[in-house]
Amino acid sequence: MARKLDVVFSDIEPGSALRAALAMTPSDVIGLVSRSKLRGRGGAGFPTGIKWDTARRHEGAEKYIVCNADEGEPGTFKDKNILERQTAKVLEGMAIGAYAIGASEGFIYLRGEYKYLVSDLARKIGEMKSQNLIGPDICHEKGFCFDIHIKLGSGSYVCGEETALLESLESRRGEPRNKPPYPAESGFLGRPTVVNNVETLSFVPHILLNGADWFQQFGTEKSTGSKLFSVSGDCGKPGIYEFEFGITIRELLKEIEADAGTKAVQIGGASGFCACADDFDKPICFEGIPTGGSIIIFNKSRSMFRVLKNFVEFFQEESCGQCVPCREGCSRMLEGIEKFEKGKGSSKTINDLLELSETMSLASKCGFGQSVPNSFRTIASKFKDEILSAGEGELWQS
Amino acid sequence: MLRETLLRTLDDLVGRYGKARENLLPVLQDLQAEFGFLGEETINEVARAFGLSQTEVFSVASFYHFLNTQEKGKYVIRICRTISCDLRDKANVLRALESELGIKMGETTRDKKYSLDYANCMGTCDRGPSMMVNDRLYADLSPSKAVDIIRSYR
Repeated sequence: MARKLDVVFSDIEPGSALRAALAMTPSDVIGLVSRSKLRGRGGAGFPTGIKWDTARRHEGAEKYIVCNADEGEPGTFKDKNILERQTAKVLEGMAIGAYAIGASEGFIYLRGEYKYLVSDLARKIGEMKSQNLIGPDICHEKGFCFDIHIKLGSGSYVCGEETALLESLESRRGEPRNKPPYPAESGFLGRPTVVNNVETLSFVPHILLNGADWFQQFGTEKSTGSKLFSVSGDCGKPGIYEFEFGITIRELLKEIEADAGTKAVQIGGASGFCACADDFDKPICFEGIPTGGSIIIFNKSRSMFRVLKNFVEFFQEESCGQCVPCREGCSRMLEGIEKFEKGKGSSKTINDLLELSETMSLASKCGFGQSVPNSFRTIASKFKDEILSAGEGELWQS
Repeated sequence: MLRETLLRTLDDLVGRYGKARENLLPVLQDLQAEFGFLGEETINEVARAFGLSQTEVFSVASFYHFLNTQEKGKYVIRICRTISCDLRDKANVLRALESELGIKMGETTRDKKYSLDYANCMGTCDRGPSMMVNDRLYADLSPSKAVDIIRSYR
């Protein structure tokens, strides 16, 4: 049974983790984070220690650390809650990262939808400056200066992808860049830049205070620690939960009081995977079913066709349009799906769209286009009959 | 909008943020907050101030959903279109607002007071349906509650 934890929302003594970091060398801090096997909580799961180490080793007078607060995956609301309830801890995580990589400037890239958080964030930054936890000569450590600026997005899902985020930070269209070079080598204004998710940064102070072994006792071998889940949809207790990685879908469903009528669980939002009853014993973790935290529950009254169509409409609208496989692919996929509604879709249509999915996941430039087919593939294979009969009868009995 | 007002505001903003290319977006965001949209004249003046082509400024402005290059209502109402809000009967909230305002999704009232739009996930999935009126977020909506909120913006 996976353990329920309370790390992210637990308080720490402000500045204690930063002081612990400053007592170590930057490379020892990175060593500690690497040993904890902390991986990015935004969904991609890249090892944080490697990111930091790359930026630290890369030559450059100016380096940056960016807190990715562009939480846009449908069904995710954990980062907003962390920023509201544990602002100081996230900022402290940024300062620790800055010390480790040698950055003196950081940005919080906050999605436009969360603009109402700006004043509280700015106040907290001011407070920490007065406590000597941000600003010049932090904690009386000569020469360690670090300032944080808030930058707003303007309503663009793709800007959550780290290179699109950097483009947006440079006031350009939020179109993802080619990788390599990775942002840790060449990021904001071509300088080494670490981009970390809000939740990832909120774990950093705890790792500094409690050590790598403490962190590793939770989770699985390849997905250490705990994870926040944003739960919505058909269940008794929607909201935010923290469990160690490796929790099975069935265990999670029990905790959130989803009843026996649960038909499907969408894990990882629109770009994630749809699980049906046969999958409920699978673990949620990077080596199992990965997720940035979005969990949406559908009961038996819900039309999986309508769910799928909602996701594809979302992608079609949010594709940045830069590369053909994604731009054209999203439109063609939506066209194909609409055929079923008109009673004109067949098994052949599904096969055509599966072929299109293959092209999109292979040829799209960034993670956005590559993951568009995830929900189509899983929903169309597990609920094929519902897709084929979408033209008949009621789609939703709510 | 008076040209003088535009130029003075732009001048202030460029003074505050600086003329470097990476400060374009905050300037556009603030101009939009001030004037409601980024019309041709605004785009042209911003381009001049930053030493960029109008096309480049327009390409940035038109990329982002929250930047409008066409005039919108004074109050832009955005309803969350994500599936979680859908599961909680977003459709009824939308119907109530359309009938209250006498416009359809995507339209603006004739007096330019309200625009009705969709937005993607607003991060209140456990408390949907949700909408934003300009920058303000409202969750836990019912059709009548949504209508009451809109009426308070008259």
